[in-house]
Amino acid sequence: MNYQPSSDDFIVENPLAETFFVNREVFVSEDVLERERRAIFDRCWIYVGHASELKNPGDFKTRPVAGRPVIFCRDRDGEVRALINCCRHRGALVCREREGNARQFYCMYHGWTYHTDGRLKSVPGADAYGGAFDNAEMGLMPVPRLEHYRDFYFANFDRDAVDLATYLGGAKDYIDLVIDQSPSGKMQIIAGTQEYDIRANWKLLVENSVDDYHLISTHSTWLNYMRNSGVNVTPPKGELLPTRGFGRDLGNGHLTTDNPNYRGRPVARWISVYGEDAKADIEAMRNELVVRLGPTRAARVADTNRNLCIFPNLVINDGSSVTVRHFYPIAPDRMHVTAWALGPVEETEAQRARRLHAFLTFYGPGGFATPDDVAALEAAQLGFAAWREVRWSDLSRGMAKPGDQQLATDEGHLRVFWRKWNELMEARA
Amino acid sequence: MNEALATTVSRAEIEDFLYHEADLLDSWRLDEWLGLLTDDATYYVPPNDKPDADARFTLFTIADDMVRLRERVIRLKDPNCHAEYPPSRTRRLIGNVRITGVEGDIISVAANFVVHRYRVNDLTRVFVGHYRYKLRRQGGRLKIAERRAILDAEELGLLGSVSFIL
Repeated sequence: MNYQPSSDDFIVENPLAETFFVNREVFVSEDVLERERRAIFDRCWIYVGHASELKNPGDFKTRPVAGRPVIFCRDRDGEVRALINCCRHRGALVCREREGNARQFYCMYHGWTYHTDGRLKSVPGADAYGGAFDNAEMGLMPVPRLEHYRDFYFANFDRDAVDLATYLGGAKDYIDLVIDQSPSGKMQIIAGTQEYDIRANWKLLVENSVDDYHLISTHSTWLNYMRNSGVNVTPPKGELLPTRGFGRDLGNGHLTTDNPNYRGRPVARWISVYGEDAKADIEAMRNELVVRLGPTRAARVADTNRNLCIFPNLVINDGSSVTVRHFYPIAPDRMHVTAWALGPVEETEAQRARRLHAFLTFYGPGGFATPDDVAALEAAQLGFAAWREVRWSDLSRGMAKPGDQQLATDEGHLRVFWRKWNELMEARA
Repeated sequence: MNEALATTVSRAEIEDFLYHEADLLDSWRLDEWLGLLTDDATYYVPPNDKPDADARFTLFTIADDMVRLRERVIRLKDPNCHAEYPPSRTRRLIGNVRITGVEGDIISVAANFVVHRYRVNDLTRVFVGHYRYKLRRQGGRLKIAERRAILDAEELGLLGSVSFIL
């Protein structure tokens, strides 16, 4: 019997042989990408932004959502909106700034003006239109659905989609764990955006964000940095990682790693990288967690790292620090990544500075780890040029074990993503 | 300007210093480059959308103190620094050098840069922006107390990672 399949299918899963293969055509094909846009990005809940980014009425951010230009804004009455940034008259962007505060949105092409809630405000020379023209119908289009879970706003371009809370399923508990770091239950996106392209297929970043198997080989220089700083990162004998963590299926294609901490946490587990001065402060934060949440939940919040992937393209890594990042394909071999840091609103100046410092030990385009992830993904994409000859990516690690025993260094949680991806792609075909 | 100090530093001397630094970085003589820094030096690359921000409150691309800078150099010299192995070939052009202020023992300097970066299997990536330096004279030699590389691009986009010393 051959180990690898002979098939044209995208996914070939063989429980008897304990194998799971992904056809590399899905990383290179324009046709697959176009189908993904329709079957996945136009049907799933896609991250738009966080309520904390819009502090005051009139605040706005412009950003693409599932390929559409969107104004994420708080209208003059304080309601959060996601309006499609496209004039109803002849289609130009009505807001061409990255961010700001607006009294109205003004189309510079012919001067149509819209209220911040999207309603059409005025049209120069309105008397040239027939009697059927109705301002009430001609406002900026909102995204078809906009819902939030605890300030994380998502859009859906499918009017018939299930509600966001149902969609998120088991991922909600893991979002709650992140938010429980804040005494008031309020987190905020911190100023400063990391936006960069990776010359690789977007699904590779889903895999990479939750794949702990690559840590030792891809990130040895980060491990050295931690070791040189006095952090114990040596795996026990027979283990791949310093601690043994798990990969979890959260339903609906969402997944997470769940690892006992060894790399420090701003809330609230001290490591030497933070410096002796920080010890007492972190101890106090930990005590606050215990008082507020009880010892069990406090340990869950403070002593575990979780890399959470919300299907299809939002990742919340609660590791060395908290990063919220999402990504969207520009082409089969190129994605655009946007990443932020997230922190409790009530952090002191010293705590905030420590969180940001910890973030940059690992994450981002200048961090000690992310650039090597990017290098790995780009190296994989270059290899895929030979997809016809070397067709199969192997995601079989842990196939012999039941779901609840999948380690974070296995690939059970990666298979969760791929099964959902395949289900949606087949439903569409 | 502090007249006494101003008379002891000329733009030509600053230019020579910056060109020397550029040569060390382009030739990956990173230990020698560390020798140009004061013991409390900092190195910043602000985020593209907040070029004037403060690293205590803002997520930067890079915000290194001297401890992390030394670790960064260790990393960059390691063949397991995959983003820079094989190392990028860089060539930096520095111009529009100006002394913008002298206060106490700190000489503030501004300069523009263009850094071309070439890698095997990769696009040519061109980093354009300006430097803001704080230099200090120690034992008769200029040293870098703060080095800020501010990119003009609206976002990193196809510049990708800032995995070398910009």
